[in-house]
Amino acid sequence: MMKNAVGRELPERIGSYVVRPYAGPEATPALETPVQSRRIAGRARPEQSKLLPSLTEAIRAVGLKDGMTISFHHSFREGDLVVGQVLEAIRALGIKDLRFAPSAVVNPKGLSLASFVQDGTISRVEASGIRGELGDGLINGAISLTQPAILRTHGARPRAIEAGELSIDVAFIAASASDAWGNCTGQLGANPCGSLGYSFVDARSAEKVVVITDTLVEYPCCPASISQEYVDYVVQVEQIGDPAKIGAGAARLTKNPRDLQIAREVARVMAASRRFREGFSFQTGAGAIAIACTKYLGEEMKARNLRASFALGGITAGIVDLYDAGRVRVVECSQSFDAVAAKAILDRPGVVEIDNAAYANAFNKGNFLNHLDFGVLGALEVDTDFNVNILTGSSGQMMGGLGGGPDVAACAGVSIVALPILRGRTPSVVKRVFTCCTPGETVACVVTQAGIALNPRHRNYQELKEDLERAGIQLTTIEALQQLAESLTGVPKPIETTDEIVAVVEYRDGTVMDVIRKLKE
Amino acid sequence: MTHSGLKRTSLYAGGSSPGKLLEARFYHEDCLVYDLEDSVAPAEKDAARFLVYQAVRWHRPPDKYVLIRVNGLYSPYLEEDLEMAVRARPDAIRLPKVEHAEEVRRIDARISAIEETAGIAVGQTELWCNIESALGAVNAKEIAAASPRVAALALGAEDYTASMGALRSKAGWEIFYARMQVLEACRLAGISAQDAVFSDFQDEAGLREDLTMTRGLGFDGKTVIHPRQIDLVNAAFSPTPKEIRNALRVLEALEEGERNHTGVVVVDGSMVDKPMERRARTVLAQAKAAGLWKEEG
Repeated sequence: MMKNAVGRELPERIGSYVVRPYAGPEATPALETPVQSRRIAGRARPEQSKLLPSLTEAIRAVGLKDGMTISFHHSFREGDLVVGQVLEAIRALGIKDLRFAPSAVVNPKGLSLASFVQDGTISRVEASGIRGELGDGLINGAISLTQPAILRTHGARPRAIEAGELSIDVAFIAASASDAWGNCTGQLGANPCGSLGYSFVDARSAEKVVVITDTLVEYPCCPASISQEYVDYVVQVEQIGDPAKIGAGAARLTKNPRDLQIAREVARVMAASRRFREGFSFQTGAGAIAIACTKYLGEEMKARNLRASFALGGITAGIVDLYDAGRVRVVECSQSFDAVAAKAILDRPGVVEIDNAAYANAFNKGNFLNHLDFGVLGALEVDTDFNVNILTGSSGQMMGGLGGGPDVAACAGVSIVALPILRGRTPSVVKRVFTCCTPGETVACVVTQAGIALNPRHRNYQELKEDLERAGIQLTTIEALQQLAESLTGVPKPIETTDEIVAVVEYRDGTVMDVIRKLKE
Repeated sequence: MTHSGLKRTSLYAGGSSPGKLLEARFYHEDCLVYDLEDSVAPAEKDAARFLVYQAVRWHRPPDKYVLIRVNGLYSPYLEEDLEMAVRARPDAIRLPKVEHAEEVRRIDARISAIEETAGIAVGQTELWCNIESALGAVNAKEIAAASPRVAALALGAEDYTASMGALRSKAGWEIFYARMQVLEACRLAGISAQDAVFSDFQDEAGLREDLTMTRGLGFDGKTVIHPRQIDLVNAAFSPTPKEIRNALRVLEALEEGERNHTGVVVVDGSMVDKPMERRARTVLAQAKAAGLWKEEG
């Protein structure tokens, strides 16, 4: 056993997985090796067709075999209809022991990912999160994989792919419109999902690429997000997803007074910072607090007559509204969080689709996050070291995905974790988070409805402290918040785990931040 | 942190809902009312009493004026409610539907007895009386003066309009007379005047209009039906920057006049008289309590 820089106990190996302990947000040096890709050059001929009549035909054509790695994007979130169709076709062909590596696990109604683990179709999982039946099954021991699931942030996934750690045999890319030669997009067609930013790296790096669409358009598809030069086959299916469900539950302006209050405080903190000036940049995200925060931030911008240079990451209707009001010059969209945002790229010149690697990967020659002034992050728990848990809930269940949170925290000048001090009768500010996902030293500020605490270990602590004090914003300490929460709820019984590790939480540099162990019965 | 002394907003938190009891303390209301009456089902009265006692006695928010609203004065729950509520040591007990001064005196005596038994300073527990009927409104002056414990009257518009056979409207003309009766009673007794709730919590514009009127009339605060109303109501019952500036100018002019032994002091063409001075001092006291102004030196 060894301890990493956030004090988590880790074994040196987990099966064949060699643990590199997390040593600090900047501790891992640049990669000096060439980018790894499985892409085959190929030779395209004028008469050749890429259109195949079914997913089964496509799976046969790409030569998918036992033990290979398949990938998907999760841009349709709970509205996804492609993952299920592809997995069913694979199951029918009797292919087993696959590594399932979507950008994140989705849980559309009617799809039981656990059943594919149970029957051996899937034996390994690598994704941003494994929320739902799959994650709960793993953590409760109802199902098991041959290797622990590897959970990566949005920035870490392209790094792992390009470092050769996540080598994709076949990428299945759902595109809302495609021509028969694979020029495709998420913006046109019957069911647009917007940005295909997660799939760019898959298209560049996989050995085989299958585009799946429900809207076959005349050649050439324009605009095209992914070029024909990367695509092996195109399959038309009845429906690839339901855009109305992309933002289900998440992307609506909340009426919850608690969340509104926290959001307003977050906007106050941002407005008090010296970085809140003409040309600033921000990322707010898709949680209930984040969406409300976008609204209040817009009000602060209007009051000061400021325009942001860019808004980044997962984009919501609220950010598109700010663009339309002339408050944001460019919306850099790695993911579209609702149906409005999904359509916004098409007819707004300043709303652009970006590669998820250009958004968040630290191990390349430049990314948008390095230019970010403000990042607002949701959390399930934060502890007195400012470590953040965005994966596991109060009874150990799988609640979320890593998303881009740890990447945003590492880069933003002011990274703000916004969360209620309690949820129901469970404290959210605790002594030690159950699963550490974001290292505390990258969190500048925690905002709750009971007070705002700054992190003295953050690199911009002095600056933010001066700014908030000048604005008359009252500050408390993370310890005071933790004690207040505990005094109201009592101390929850610790979650008991076995020694068996079911998931590894990787940081953006590929080191291990934490592991998730199977729960005791 | 201690309570500011302001009573601009009072928010009810249902006594049988632990989640709501916990959440309510984090909003910005000046007064937090732990409720045993309307929000608690008959089968849950015992549980709510226990929860509210624990919440007020041991987890009391340090920066708020804390009240417990007990059940109706003729309900079977009142006696046990009072026994618990006094011992929980809130700032005040809020009585629903008070109609006669005699009722207040009866409760006052009960509270005194409980305070004495429990070793609490007699008279410490204040009373807020909800005026919720035509009879209560007519007797408001006597009710306000019935006991030194009475610290506020609060108008309850829904029951009042029912008692009048009126229809509730957003403009609120049907409660205008009652508002004036309550306000006048409070001013004569020198206690806080609390306006009725504005029921449609989705209607921000309507609430603003309502607040413009009631603050103009002279109310000190308002019961809110939803946490979303709190910030607006607080703002409405706080002095504006302009009011603070004017008040400071009035007091500066008075000081100047005193130094120069000028008999008559004039600000902006108006002679400063006693009422103007009193208003200026009130504005500054409110501004100070609301954290909007700091005394120099």
